Amino acid sequence: MQSRARVIAALIEQLTDQPVIICNGFPSREAHKIADRATHFYMIGSMGAAAAIGLGVALNKPDKKVVVLDGDGNVLMSMGTLATVAALKPKNFVHVVLDNEVYGTTGNQPTISNVVRLEQVARAAGYVNVERVIEREDVVYEFKDMLKKDGPSMLLVKVTEQCEDAGRVMIEPADMTQRFKKAIE
Amino acid sequence: MIESDAFVQALQDVGFDFFTGVPDSILGGIIETLMERRLYTPAVREDEAVAMAAGAYMAGKVPAVLMQNSGVGTSLNAIISLNVIYKQPCLLLISWRGFQGKDAPEHLVMGENMTQVLDSVKIPHRTLSEQTLVDDLRWTAQTFMKERVPVALLLKKGIVKSLHP
Repeated sequence: MQSRARVIAALIEQLTDQPVIICNGFPSREAHKIADRATHFYMIGSMGAAAAIGLGVALNKPDKKVVVLDGDGNVLMSMGTLATVAALKPKNFVHVVLDNEVYGTTGNQPTISNVVRLEQVARAAGYVNVERVIEREDVVYEFKDMLKKDGPSMLLVKVTEQCEDAGRVMIEPADMTQRFKKAIE
Repeated sequence: MIESDAFVQALQDVGFDFFTGVPDSILGGIIETLMERRLYTPAVREDEAVAMAAGAYMAGKVPAVLMQNSGVGTSLNAIISLNVIYKQPCLLLISWRGFQGKDAPEHLVMGENMTQVLDSVKIPHRTLSEQTLVDDLRWTAQTFMKERVPVALLLKKGIVKSLHP
């Protein structure tokens, strides 16, 4: 199993100008440290909202593949959004869940994703493409495939609990909104 | 009473072009009109709806979120830690259940404290009336553009025609 930061690095390497929404906590900090792009929207609060923000972008930018980098805790908090995504069926929606089975930012308290398979919930809801992967080559292969295919798609990647030494994202939230808005125009 | 068709048209005329939310009986006529016009994207929770509105704003839309005031409780964290601090404006069209204590028990506490809840987190708001509609919408659009924060319009029963009057 790889660290989340390694997986994020491998995913970002496949992307060019696609809008990317990254959930709050360490995923945003790590993504920001790996590569800060204007097309990245880093959440700092509103846990659970990543997929819904991405959905709002995807529905209104149908010509762009929208990528959401989410966590298991985030998905569990707003599981209803899996149903909303599945019902609205945006073809340009790629939902990556970096599943470490813990709330990593608050001290590794366990989530329940070791019991509940989130990719199966997504499949049952109606996501079109669903994969659960662990190895790096599978992550890259499936992600590239989902960037080409019509979605909505979910790529669940099992990752370790390891957190990168990455500080808070210091971009002013209001500036980030305008930077992202302009970058995806 | 304002016809829901005229109300939706007025919202569109000031620029709103993305509508999401969770239904309430007071909002029923408005949502029906929005669905007829293929403008409504249903959400399953109000926090999901305000987050979708945030995404829609960044994708170039002018979003509005419809909800019962109970949904203010459900979505408050998303509103203040996403829409407010990131300056992602949206209209919050909130039905005011429990106004003056005349409603089912579950609506009474929020109904009594509606404006205080919004004031406490500094969300600008007005309470819609038929006489002030044009001015209320103009104020909404101006505040939206100038302050770039969520702006609330409170809608009491009997102002805009609902499905079951």
